Amino acid sequence: MELLSGADMITRFLKDEGVENIYGYPGGAALHIYDALFRQDHVKHILVRHEQAAVHMADGYARATGKAGVVLVTSGPGATNTITGIATAFTDSIPMVVLCGQVPSVLIGEDAFQETDMMGVSRPVVKHNMAIRHPSEIPDVLKKAFYIAQSGRPGPVVVDIPKDMTAPNERFEYVYPKKVKLRSYAPPVRGHSGQIRKAVDMLMSAKRPIIYAGGGVIIGGASKLLTELVDRLNYPVTQTLMGLGCYPGTAKRSVGMLGMHGTYEANEAMHHSDLVLAVGARFDDRVTNATDKFCPGARIIHIDIDPANISKTVGVDVPIVGPVDSVLTDMLALVEESEIEIDQAALDAWWKKIEGWRTVHGGRYEPSTQDSIKPQHVIETLHKVTKGDAFVTSDVGQHQMYAAQYYKFDKPNRWINSGGLGTMGFGLPAAMGIKLNFPEAEVVCVTGEGSIQMNIQELSTCNQYNLPLKVLLLNNEALGMVKQWQDMNYESRHSYSYMDSLPDFTKLVESYGHVGMTVNKLDELESTLEKAFAMKDRLVFINVYVDPKEHVYPMQIARGSMNDMWLSKTERT
Amino acid sequence: MRRIISVLLENEPGALSRVVGLFSQRNYNIETLTVAPTEDESLSRLTVTTSGSDKVIEQITKQLNKLIEVVKLVDLTEGAHIERELMLVKVKATGSQRAEITRTVDIFRGQVVDVNSSVYTVQVTGNSDKLDAFIRSVSEGSVLEVVRSGVSGIARGEKVLSL
Repeated sequence: MELLSGADMITRFLKDEGVENIYGYPGGAALHIYDALFRQDHVKHILVRHEQAAVHMADGYARATGKAGVVLVTSGPGATNTITGIATAFTDSIPMVVLCGQVPSVLIGEDAFQETDMMGVSRPVVKHNMAIRHPSEIPDVLKKAFYIAQSGRPGPVVVDIPKDMTAPNERFEYVYPKKVKLRSYAPPVRGHSGQIRKAVDMLMSAKRPIIYAGGGVIIGGASKLLTELVDRLNYPVTQTLMGLGCYPGTAKRSVGMLGMHGTYEANEAMHHSDLVLAVGARFDDRVTNATDKFCPGARIIHIDIDPANISKTVGVDVPIVGPVDSVLTDMLALVEESEIEIDQAALDAWWKKIEGWRTVHGGRYEPSTQDSIKPQHVIETLHKVTKGDAFVTSDVGQHQMYAAQYYKFDKPNRWINSGGLGTMGFGLPAAMGIKLNFPEAEVVCVTGEGSIQMNIQELSTCNQYNLPLKVLLLNNEALGMVKQWQDMNYESRHSYSYMDSLPDFTKLVESYGHVGMTVNKLDELESTLEKAFAMKDRLVFINVYVDPKEHVYPMQIARGSMNDMWLSKTERT
Repeated sequence: MRRIISVLLENEPGALSRVVGLFSQRNYNIETLTVAPTEDESLSRLTVTTSGSDKVIEQITKQLNKLIEVVKLVDLTEGAHIERELMLVKVKATGSQRAEITRTVDIFRGQVVDVNSSVYTVQVTGNSDKLDAFIRSVSEGSVLEVVRSGVSGIARGEKVLSL
C-alpha cells in the first residue's frame, strides 16, 4: 500500500494513465500540484503565456492523436481563461481533461481571492465536470474523467480541485484504478443490426448515392473503413470541414468539402442525390443551408454515436446509433453478402453528371499577378512545398476556408481547425501541441493577421520549448471574412473590419527569437516558402501580403438549398 | 403538447443544476419541477412538466439522457399515469365566507389545515387543472397566498422507473 498526498496522487495518476505532456499555468490554488510536478520527472509540463493557449495546445494534441489532452490551471481567472478553449473542444467533440485549482473547501462560497464557481461556469461547455470532495477520491475521479472524456462522443471534462485536497501533509492510499464504475453512463458499443441491414439494402439499391462524412469518422478512428466502403461501392464521398482527410482529398471519388464554402460538385451532388449516407456528421447549419430545402429527393441514413444528433436538424429515414468503426465494419460485411446488385448504368450516369459539375467551378480563381498574390495560390504553393503531408492548423476566417478548400488532405488527423465554435486564436497553440508531440513532422499554422494576434504571446512559449513550427500568415490587412459579408450583405460598409496599426510581424517574431519572412511579390512566394520549410530547427513566420479584395467562393446563398451558390462576385446558380 | 418527464438522477451536488441548465441553454420550457430523494438515497426522482412539439420533446429526452448523472428517464404522458400536485392556499375567511369556503373545500376534497379568526389555510391535492379550478371557485380577492408543489407523477400498473 502506498500513501500519497492528493497532489502526488494527481501526478502519479497522470503517469499511470500514460500522460506525457500537460499544458498549464500555475497560481495559488494549484501550487501544491505544481510542487508535486517539480518533484517527479515522468510528466512534463508546458508553461504557456495564457491559459486559453494551454487548452488549445491540449486540443491540438488530442485532434492529432485521438487521446485526451490534459490541462492544469489555477482557480479564478486561471480557470475562466480556459473557457473558450473548453467550448472549442466541446463543440468539436475533442477529448480533454482540464484540472482546475480551487480555493480551499472552507472558503468556497465566501467570495475568496481568486474564487470562481468553475463547476457552474464550465457546465454548459463540458461533457461533464466533477469536484473533488476528499483527497482519497482523486484516483477514481480522475479515472472517470479520462474515461468520460475519451469514450462515446468524446468531449472535455473539468475537474475542480480545492486546494486542501492536495495538501502535502495529508496522505492517503493510492491505487491506480483499472476500471470505472458508472451506472448512469453507457455509451453505445454497436449499431442495431436490423437498422444496418436496412441501410445496406438502401445503399445497394441507390441510383444517385452520396456519402457525407464528418469529423466523427476521424474522431472515431474509422477513416480506413470509410475509405474501404467508398472504394468498394465506387460512390462519391463529400467531407465536412471537420471530416477533411477521412478520405483522401486528392482521390477521384472525393468531391471535396460540402456546405457553405463547399465545392460546386459536392453541393450539387448532395442536392440531386437519392440517398445520403451520413457518417459521423451532424447536419450542421453551415452544411445544410435551409433545412426545409435540404436534399429534396434523398432518403437519409445517419450513423452517429450520439442519439441526440439523430433528426436534430434534419429528419432521417434510417438512424443507426453506434460507434462509426463498428457500424462500418458491419456494413462492409453486409455489402459483401448482399444479393442486391448495384445498378451500374445508373451509377455511371451519376458519375458522369458529377464529372460535369466538377468542370463548372473547379476551385477556379483569378490568377495571381506579380503585385497581387491570391490567397488560394498561397495555399496551393504550401501544399506543393510540404508535399501535401503537413499537419495544418488554422484560425478562423477566410484563410481557414482557403486552407480547407485548397490543401487537399489525404490523411486523417492532419487538418486541425476550430470548426464548430470558430475560435480565432486557436491555430498557433494547436500547432504547438502537435509539434511538441510530433517533433519530426512538418506543422504549419495558416492564419490571418486578426486571428494570430489573439494568441500571439505564445511565440514566447515556442521559444522556451523549441517548437520549430511554421506560421503562414495570409495578410489582407482586414478581418477578411467579416469584410466579405459586409461586401455581400451590407453594401460594403466595412464596419470595424479593418486592421489598422498592424505590428511589423518580422520584427515582432524576431524579438521572440524566431525568424520572420515577408512576401510581397509573386516571384518570391515559392522560394520563400521553400527557404522557410528548409529551416527545420527554427520557427519561421511567413507574412504573405495577399489580395485584400478576394472573397471565398463558392458560397451558399442564405436560406436557399444546398446548391444555391455564389460562384464568384458576379455569378450565381 | 404538455408532457411529464420523470427522471431518476444521481443524488449528487450539482446534478439538479445540470438538468435546469440544460433547459435554459437549449431554450426548452419548464412549467413545473419537483425533486426529492427516493427510497434509495443515492438517487433523486425529478419530475418536470414541459411543453413543445414532438421534435422538441424528443430532443429534451435525448439531451437529458446524455447528462452523465441521469440514470433513467421516462415520458409519463406516453402511457397511463397518475399525476398529483399539492397546493396550500391562504384565503380570507370572515363572517359568511367561512361557511362558503368550507363547502368549496369539501367539494374539492381539500382540508382546512390551519385556522385563525380571519384566515383559513387550505390544502388541496390533485392534478393541476383541479387546483386551478379551486382557485377560480374561491371568490375573487379572497386568495391571500398560493403555494404549489409542482407535479409529481408515476405510471399506472406494473411499470416502474427504477435501476
